[in-house]
Amino acid sequence: MPPAVRLRALEKRYRTVHALHGIDLDIEAGEFFALLGPNGAGKTTLISILAGLARPTAGSAEVLGHDVIRDYREARRNLGVVPQELVYDAFFTVREMLRFQSGYYGLHRNDAWIDELLAHLGLTTKADAYCRTLSGGMKRRLLVAQALVHRPPVIVLDEPTAGVDVELRQSLWAFIRRLNREGHTVLLTTHYLEEAEALCERVAMLKEGRVVALDRTANLLRAGEERRLELTLSSEALPDRLRGRVIGQDGRRYVLALPEYGELESILAELRGHDIRVDEMTLRQADLEEVFLKVMGR
Amino acid sequence: MSGGFSTLFRKEIIRFWKVFMQTVLAPVLNALLYLLIFAHVLAGHVQVYPGVGYTAFLMPGLIMMSILQNAFANSSSSLIQSKQSGNIVFVLLPPLSHFEFFAAYLLAAIVRGLVVGLGVLLVGLFFADLVFARPLWIVAFAVAASAAFGAVGIVAGIWADKYDHLAGVQNFVIMPLTFLSGVFYSIHSLPAFWQAVSHWNPVFYMIDGFRYGFFGQSDVDPWLSLAVVLPVAVLLAWFSLRLIASGYKLRH
Repeated sequence: MPPAVRLRALEKRYRTVHALHGIDLDIEAGEFFALLGPNGAGKTTLISILAGLARPTAGSAEVLGHDVIRDYREARRNLGVVPQELVYDAFFTVREMLRFQSGYYGLHRNDAWIDELLAHLGLTTKADAYCRTLSGGMKRRLLVAQALVHRPPVIVLDEPTAGVDVELRQSLWAFIRRLNREGHTVLLTTHYLEEAEALCERVAMLKEGRVVALDRTANLLRAGEERRLELTLSSEALPDRLRGRVIGQDGRRYVLALPEYGELESILAELRGHDIRVDEMTLRQADLEEVFLKVMGR
Repeated sequence: MSGGFSTLFRKEIIRFWKVFMQTVLAPVLNALLYLLIFAHVLAGHVQVYPGVGYTAFLMPGLIMMSILQNAFANSSSSLIQSKQSGNIVFVLLPPLSHFEFFAAYLLAAIVRGLVVGLGVLLVGLFFADLVFARPLWIVAFAVAASAAFGAVGIVAGIWADKYDHLAGVQNFVIMPLTFLSGVFYSIHSLPAFWQAVSHWNPVFYMIDGFRYGFFGQSDVDPWLSLAVVLPVAVLLAWFSLRLIASGYKLRH
């Protein structure tokens, strides 16, 4: 089976901006993949090329083996895109929009799936409302529904939860996760790093049009920053055997390196052996945000 | 053709029909006002063809003018609205072929032109004794001319970055072409210089051939008019299709 997404030496230059510098990337079918990067890193350009909204200057992009230029109809049939901009058509109702969108993919009797989409996205009561009357969060969910009318095997979400409140964000993710379990590939760009951390198996970080990190989320977290143990002790003196671990000190407050959880026991035993009491203890683990900032800072 | 074309075509029809006050009734009323004023001022003073009153002479010109302006307005305004609001992505993302995209916008423009033209015709029947000497010529010129201007509307809608650009095309290209084409007069009543200029205006042939369909009389041979109008329509349609396929201003 060809990869869900395959990019080879993908270049994009606009008149004044060099947006993508030779991107090589494979996303396997069935993956839940995150594309991270600050504004202007090239995430939306990359997605636009995949969707046929922009044309590559050089290199190639394929969706499930279909080239997005040569074989554009098959590529687009296999792709569902939730755009970042909150766009809608003021002329039509929610149901009309979803019927039109189905029709563009050649699906003329799609109401059962449309109803299911509306239910999952909390839009059932808005089916006959004009799009202009929807709140921002509802417009966003309508965009998600529009992207899914043709049950695309590859789903691309460009910042899908911006402006969606927490409860709806949860239900949206539950739905997307279900689609992923059912075999859909999901490619996500997001500013909410905790979302990528919680949902995605693999992450690519983009900076100034280049992939600067690409790994399994778990590996990135492990490699990014070691675990730290923050202790407030009853004395300022620290046993000699713990001196090597000190990362920072502020009076009785110590920050110690903790490469493995198993070492926690020996640290506490050492303190106890010297009659030092632990007043406060916090274990801090690197999150994707720290990794992200570290990679971007390079 | 897959189902995508029929849906986009239907959407384009519903789009203008939902605001038919503005897209159908208003242009019909507009033409009616021209009819009342010009007919009132000129009837009895001007007889262009023997046996044809001025009001009747004016009708085909007004109908054709309405067809042209509305065919242009339909494709151009739909495209620029979609571009400005960003919802053009809804038709750029699906697997519509370039030809389906082109055909849906062009056919919808033809339908809008013909619907408005029919409206003007029906209202005009109350004011003028119209005859339909060669109905097939009427249909042929109505369809070819609306296709030509629907195609111009596609090109203008894709090219324009803002409504101001579109208004420019409308006021500096479409309006002069239609007004200086013999809508209100026979070009034989013009000075020789302006007669010669008019012969370079394709809209002149659209109106002259259209008028022939009603009265069986015209300024030039209707076959000549057809030989001008058909290639012009095909050329403009071909150009608008190429523009869509190139992705110009649609796919960056």
